[in-house]
Amino acid sequence: MKADPKGVMTGAFFIDGDHACAEGAIAAGCRFVAGYPITPSTEVVERIAERFPLIGGIFIQMEDEIASSIAIQGAVWAGKKAMTVTSGPGFSLMMEHIGLAAMTETPCVFVDVQRAGPSTGLPTLPAQGDMMQARWGSHGDYGIIALCPNSPQESFDLTVKAFNLSEQYRVPVLLMLDECVGHMTERVVIPPADQIEIYPRRYWEGPREGFLLYKAGQDGVPPIVKAGDGYNVHVTGLTHDERGYPVMTAAAQEKLVHRLVDKIRLNAEAIIEFKEDQVDGAEVVVVSFGITSRVAIPAIEQARQDGLKVGHLRLITAWPFPKKRIQELSAKVKAFVVPEINYGQMVHEVERSVSGKTRVVPVSHGGGSVHNPKDIHGAIVNSLKG
Amino acid sequence: MTEESMDVDVSMPTNAVEEYLRMERMPHIWCPGCGIGSTVNCFAHALEASGLDLKKVAVVSGIGCTGRVAGYLKLDSFHTTHGRAIPFATGLKLANPELKVVVYSGDGDLTAIGGNHFIHAARRNVDMTVILINNFIYGMTGGQVAPTTPVGATASTTPYGNFEEAFNLPYLAESCGAVYVARWTAFHVRHAAKSIKDALLKKGFSFVEILAPCPTLYSRRNKLGDGLDQMKFYAANSEIQNDADTKTVGLTFQGKIVVGKFVDKDKPTYLDSMNNFYIQKFGDRYAPYKG
Repeated sequence: MKADPKGVMTGAFFIDGDHACAEGAIAAGCRFVAGYPITPSTEVVERIAERFPLIGGIFIQMEDEIASSIAIQGAVWAGKKAMTVTSGPGFSLMMEHIGLAAMTETPCVFVDVQRAGPSTGLPTLPAQGDMMQARWGSHGDYGIIALCPNSPQESFDLTVKAFNLSEQYRVPVLLMLDECVGHMTERVVIPPADQIEIYPRRYWEGPREGFLLYKAGQDGVPPIVKAGDGYNVHVTGLTHDERGYPVMTAAAQEKLVHRLVDKIRLNAEAIIEFKEDQVDGAEVVVVSFGITSRVAIPAIEQARQDGLKVGHLRLITAWPFPKKRIQELSAKVKAFVVPEINYGQMVHEVERSVSGKTRVVPVSHGGGSVHNPKDIHGAIVNSLKG
Repeated sequence: MTEESMDVDVSMPTNAVEEYLRMERMPHIWCPGCGIGSTVNCFAHALEASGLDLKKVAVVSGIGCTGRVAGYLKLDSFHTTHGRAIPFATGLKLANPELKVVVYSGDGDLTAIGGNHFIHAARRNVDMTVILINNFIYGMTGGQVAPTTPVGATASTTPYGNFEEAFNLPYLAESCGAVYVARWTAFHVRHAAKSIKDALLKKGFSFVEILAPCPTLYSRRNKLGDGLDQMKFYAANSEIQNDADTKTVGLTFQGKIVVGKFVDKDKPTYLDSMNNFYIQKFGDRYAPYKG
């Protein structure tokens, strides 16, 4: 279906990634946002707070991030599309509720505008240090989707996509901005509503009798209903059966958790998005995401001027990770170079995919600024030596 | 007992509340002598007396013994995370104001790990009913000290006795802004059912505390006998003081229990305040929010 034109601010604007994220949420049909102030994400909720009253939305500033990350789930079960927004310390507090959303299959969006950590770290300065937390932060096993915009335009586009994926797979979707993308101001084009694709909530349309809240379809995703519709749903974070009732056995755990993992794993190829530049025939492929994908460009261009065959693979979906594509390339390239603003997170996933077949070179950075492109250039050059 | 009029009929046979329960989930997990089941009985009778459309009633629980209540009620029911039933309920209510949202959880869940959410929901006057079952202890995890454990009582993590002062929950709720505050015990089934009914029909943040025996982990460790002994204690030591000053109703170890309806006042709810404020601000440009 197409976006509801109410609220879609069609036009070309000069706005930052945080503001673009807010507009993306509105365009996606989000009408419930709960948040708690935290740099560098606060501009998202500030814009939502300004825009929502006149378009029928509810913004509530909760008492903390824990409350925000579960208030949105209450709103979803009452029928809203909902989002919360935070940065590192708040993201850490939200982990339990990412697990709850995964376990109860509550479609919702978590935005993390990454800053340097650990702990309070550098509140106003960039990092990409929450990438593994995005994948593994909540206890137990579950599938997850995380997207990494590298511009304000993509912040808009991927926010819409995050909502769509959350509805399609009944899963929390994490939008992993970084401080640079959040605060970078660029041209953002918001299309007319009839050009914005919206994946509608997968409401049960069959007979009321015999409806099972957690009976999955072919794609591993069960249909949903909402509170107040007379289904007497039971939703629990405990391991549950298809009725949603707690069952405390290893067999029930195996059946449920296997499906929670598989619904993302088996649909990974349909979910994954990345962009490639001159990867075919490359000796070295730089794998990057977020702001670092832009910082890598002058380094790659310099190396090409040096006569090296350098490709660039930019992750748009960090999770699920494009393992298959990296595996294919690992038979063809001499090295992968992985710059990221952390001491090595997504590089582990590249290494896992490559599985020793070729060289993988991390370009680490502790956070607080972007890389110096010279460091990435140096890593590209060195990756082909010895 | 008071002569207060009772319009809640609790004289029906015990299976009269089956239509409110997920009977396929019986037997429940509560211990013999536990008071939680009695409170669920009160709740079912209150629901019936309230005349509410059950399709529009949602129950949210946290974690713990009382946290299991949501799973036994044949309503839209949500068993959330430890301490977070209230913010989940806040989202549910604000997203669909047509719903009657009830939070049903325990003392540890709502006032220790969930204490921050409790005070803020009361402050905002979010339209919800919070039913708190106070058994003075963490039951599910094996009898650890709670913010409600009286000084002098023993718990597994206060093996020499508890020296921390306990919360006076009606006082806490009132001072944070609750519009309806009552306390009963599992012995006072008629009063409790009546209060729950009144709370369900009250607009705003309503709070009903019900003291309940935990024979397995509180009474036994404190040598207070079984569930029946605790009920007898409640009967002998409770004093109904409607409209009592909540400052004065704090509980002590095996001391006098002041019960009654302490607060019943009117105040705009969160959504009423929001709508009124924005109508003043934006005039006709603002369409009052209805969900």
